[in-house]
Amino acid sequence: MTSVASLLPQDPAKTVAPIERSPGYWSGVGKRFRNDKLAIAAGILVLLLILMAIFAPLIAPMDPYAGRTIRRLRPVGTDGFPLGTDELGRDMLSRLIYGARYSLMMGVTPVLMAFGVGSLIGIIAGYVGGKTNTVMMRTIDVFYAFPSVLLAVALSGALGAGIQNALVSLTVVFIPPIARVAEAVTTQVRNRDYVEAARASGANALTIIRVHVLGNVLGPIFVYATGLISVSMILASGLSFLGLGVRPPEPEWGLMLNTLRTAIYNQPLVAALPGVMIFITSISFNVLADGLRNAMDVKV
Amino acid sequence: MLVYLGKRLVYTIPIVIGVSVVCFGLVHIAPGDPLVSVLPPDASEELKMQMMRAYGFDRPYYEQFLLWCWRALQGDLGVSIATGRSVASEVLRAVKNTLLLSFVATLIGFFFGLLFGFVAGYFRNSPIDKIASILSVIGVSVPHYWLGMVLVIIFSVQLNWLPPTGAGPGGSADWQPDWAHFRHLILPAITMSVIPMGIVARTIRALVADILSQDFVPALRAKGLSELGIFGHVVKNAAPTALAVMGLQLGYLLGGSILIETVFSWPGTGFLLNAAIFQRDLPLLQGTILVLALFFVLLNLIVDVIQTAIDPRIQRS
Repeated sequence: MTSVASLLPQDPAKTVAPIERSPGYWSGVGKRFRNDKLAIAAGILVLLLILMAIFAPLIAPMDPYAGRTIRRLRPVGTDGFPLGTDELGRDMLSRLIYGARYSLMMGVTPVLMAFGVGSLIGIIAGYVGGKTNTVMMRTIDVFYAFPSVLLAVALSGALGAGIQNALVSLTVVFIPPIARVAEAVTTQVRNRDYVEAARASGANALTIIRVHVLGNVLGPIFVYATGLISVSMILASGLSFLGLGVRPPEPEWGLMLNTLRTAIYNQPLVAALPGVMIFITSISFNVLADGLRNAMDVKV
Repeated sequence: MLVYLGKRLVYTIPIVIGVSVVCFGLVHIAPGDPLVSVLPPDASEELKMQMMRAYGFDRPYYEQFLLWCWRALQGDLGVSIATGRSVASEVLRAVKNTLLLSFVATLIGFFFGLLFGFVAGYFRNSPIDKIASILSVIGVSVPHYWLGMVLVIIFSVQLNWLPPTGAGPGGSADWQPDWAHFRHLILPAITMSVIPMGIVARTIRALVADILSQDFVPALRAKGLSELGIFGHVVKNAAPTALAVMGLQLGYLLGGSILIETVFSWPGTGFLLNAAIFQRDLPLLQGTILVLALFFVLLNLIVDVIQTAIDPRIQRS
């Protein structure tokens, strides 16, 4: 049987060219990210901070809890105390290194937990739609109606000071924005043709969510959540700064900033150091998140 | 427009009720006895019950909630457990100071945020854009309570130009429009303005770049409109979003002022919250948070309505 195509003049270029695999989405993401020098620098900084937190006992020159009033508030550059000592005579360098453990944990954990819970809420609300969506999202709206700092302070203030309560409060603060993004993205995906096709071919809801929805929504939600880590770092240290998070004598940057407030007249440089650490961490996470967003071409 | 206004109002009611439930619930998620700070540790069971009755803690939750709402509607937010004064009057006095601080901070932040955002959006990828972008990233990443401390160290401790704490000379809590009081406002307002500055600059930069890439801009240029005229069109298109961001930022600052107020001992709502939390004064905590949250809801409503009035295409559901 002669097909119509074989009667047409053959285009040599078309027949000769081998089938080339078009580069995938992730290779494009990797390429874009590699070109973003600022984001790579931020990523390296974040990695260093994490390593510093993990290996704190190996790096820190002294015991971060051991203080002597006789050597309190030494300036930066003192022999044996390169970054000075705090108001109880403890080595600032060691405390700042150990502080990464608490501060990173306090900043990252709430976003991770909120990522789990918020995604779940948003995906269910977005996929099921209808009345379920309305009820779930209006409830989320109530928490969204509080300014984030106020909600965090209100919850941890009512629950009482402590690491656990601060983590719970911050998680509650970050669930509404993540759930909103998750809901918006899921609603978009749900109305795509391939989801309709899957449904028509008899796939049940769980299969559709697992195969078609999750892969398409988790990326954007994750990128959005990484953008919240910087806020979370500032808020978590802020709670400790107010006396609502980590308790003394633990080394945590926000708490150190608070206890050193009295020292701004004698040792201003030493007093400002913990804030520098919070700033560096927060800005690194921010730039890294921006880079990820650009590389993955996500608009949320 | 009227229909939209009505819809928007109706939509606000469940939010207000929800916010009240959350504020009311705060007392009940608190561990321990809500009266622990007023009762002596060796109080008899009888005295405890008597106090519980006096504060209404012995009734079922829904009854307490309805009673609390009914009183709140009449402007009665209960009595502070620690000071015995009316919560409403304490909050009202503090809210004035916080409003003043947040408002001035929003204005400063907005002015510079708009400036950086417009310049960066107009001259995309130029050195000016890079600088403006870096400034806005710094603005959103800096822990503002630390920035406050640094400013105090520089301008109060080292240079001795400005007072480090308080809202007025001699610890006066009532702000007056004179130089002595104004000096106290400068540092906290600048510290606070950094947050909206970064966010406004970011938003406006993206917005301006987006508007300039639309088809009507080359059309206007081809028509022979001057650059100034085109700038006018950009401003007009950016205004509703800019306004929304400003309103939201003012709300965030009102609610988030606690950290800055703590650094500067500013006698506002944040200071009050701090006292309420550490004296376990739950009615005061509840009342302050309710007032601030309702302010935020109201602000959102006003922003939405004004935004729709400027540009009827935006009708948020």
